[in-house]
Amino acid sequence: MDWLFLFEIVLSGLGSGALLALTGIAFVLIYKATKVLNLAVGEMLMLCAYFFFGMTAALALPVWLAIILTVIGGGILGGVIERILIRPMLGESPISVFMVTVGLSSVLIGFVEFFWGSDPATLPNFLPSKPVFIGSAYISPKIAVSFVVATVLIAAFLVIFRTWRGGVALRATATDQGAAFSCGINVPAVFSVSWIVAGMAAAGSGILIGSIGGISPTMGVFGLSVLVAVIVGGLDSIAGALVAGLAIGVVEALVGTYLGGEFKLLVTFCILVVALMIRPYGLFGTVEIERL
Amino acid sequence: MRIGAVHQTYAQAEALLDTNFQRVMLAALFAALVLFPFFADQYWIYLACLVLIHIVSTTGLNILTGYTGLVSLGQAAFMSVGAYTVAILEIRVGTPFIINLILAGFVSAAVGLVVGVPSLRVKGLYLAIATIAASFILHFLFANGPAFLGGTQGLSMPPARLFGYDLARPFQLYWLFMPLTALSVVAAANLFRTRIGRAFIAIRDRDISAEVLGIPLLKYKLLSFALSSFYAGVAGGMWAYFFRVVTPESFPLIYSVFFLAAVIVGGMGTILGAILGAIFMTMVPEFLKIAVSYLTFIPNATAQLSPIRTIVFGALIIGFLLFEPQGLAEIWRRVRRFFHIWPFKK
Repeated sequence: MDWLFLFEIVLSGLGSGALLALTGIAFVLIYKATKVLNLAVGEMLMLCAYFFFGMTAALALPVWLAIILTVIGGGILGGVIERILIRPMLGESPISVFMVTVGLSSVLIGFVEFFWGSDPATLPNFLPSKPVFIGSAYISPKIAVSFVVATVLIAAFLVIFRTWRGGVALRATATDQGAAFSCGINVPAVFSVSWIVAGMAAAGSGILIGSIGGISPTMGVFGLSVLVAVIVGGLDSIAGALVAGLAIGVVEALVGTYLGGEFKLLVTFCILVVALMIRPYGLFGTVEIERL
Repeated sequence: MRIGAVHQTYAQAEALLDTNFQRVMLAALFAALVLFPFFADQYWIYLACLVLIHIVSTTGLNILTGYTGLVSLGQAAFMSVGAYTVAILEIRVGTPFIINLILAGFVSAAVGLVVGVPSLRVKGLYLAIATIAASFILHFLFANGPAFLGGTQGLSMPPARLFGYDLARPFQLYWLFMPLTALSVVAAANLFRTRIGRAFIAIRDRDISAEVLGIPLLKYKLLSFALSSFYAGVAGGMWAYFFRVVTPESFPLIYSVFFLAAVIVGGMGTILGAILGAIFMTMVPEFLKIAVSYLTFIPNATAQLSPIRTIVFGALIIGFLLFEPQGLAEIWRRVRRFFHIWPFKK
């Protein structure tokens, strides 16, 4: 057993786990506020990555401007989806709204294939290429940067939702929509804000993932791993998304190295099944109490 | 003008067909189904066979999702179990096709039972995700499992044989599929006139109330999973005889979404809905192909057919959920009501 090698794999697993957690925020925010499981997060992320690609490659904008524009674009995308597709479904069964997002993911994939074609592409390389060493363990610089960025963003989210009035409104809405509404909280606005912020988180992770592994219309599959992480952690718990995201990142890295790439999704989904059997609402999720 | 039908006995109220007009129409439909292959060309018979396969699978999913209220995104995975069972039986054992199809149904049902086990503990969205997990695990087994499953290459199989004749072309397979599909649809329609079917509906409407009323939830939820997978297995077996190559990639997750979409578009929890939904979702790409061939003013419109198809597929799901949540079956009911009360509109 080569301990240094193992340590390196765990570190790179933590790096991709941070991305899982960052994207997981998009799931959790939306689910917390609106009780919608948005299966299209992976595809929103993909669309944002292509948006970034278009601005840096075709329009040749500087990278910092493209990043800001992409994040704004992700926010607009989230807001528009909420207004056009999700708001009219208010009060429908969760499964119907879930299926709307399934349809949405298909539309987004078709849209990207229509305008950019189905071939994979690479984003311009803007991340540093100097290798990073922790002790004597080597980490790919891209993964190190994305780990740092994801951690900073997640920390920012946590601080904002603890202190900002909107964060309090979000938590109130998540606890009881009707009560929050009657206390004067603008619940529809909370819905919009949560989708906009989720879109921005998806845009951020889209840029990071795209610059690590390249972009293609099928990169939305990443959303499935995120979904597993979020469900294992508990759909309405940001802390759960963090812990489970990091854990699944590490497990996927270990499995991918020692067993082979085809085992990655298998093990991820096996974890999901076991987690669902033991704790149906996830490790940190709220247990729903049902009565007649 | 016919506003309604008077039912004077319980038997009348429970009957599948309550008027003579319905019986005549059904006979006409049956005659049309029998005569269809003699007037259609190869390609339309090919499409008809595909539609028949999809109707069986969609009807199965409708039992689970539409009538029992358990959402599953694993229907294509259950189909793959059936397809592999048929392929292996056909290659290794050589039993007659009808036995293969029934066995495919039972093997699929067994797998469905296993997948349904979490359904008592988790439900709704969580169950839907658990079935996605099942479909990925099955896909992995078929791709990386024991050698007799053929690996990523899959299995090629000989055509079905009946009295020494090969049933290879769509024209011949149609005669195998059409009665099978009709039988499975009628069986499903009858299921909901029985105790079991009504228990399913009670579970869908409110599972806790159903339990209070004395319906054992786990038993009936598992039964629903098993029945639905049985249909999927038979449909998968038909699929295997139709395409004669079964690979792990033949039944992707999007195919499961296709069946769920067909149930929604057709109308959840109606027998007619599953039929209409399966026909509609199968034929839309064909109509798109025809429509795109007229759009000559758009450069390389045919090359863009695949993305357009993906967009329309998603847009149909969204559109029906947003504007017509009861699906095509409800549209059909509206049309019927219009003709019933015809001169007196609205």
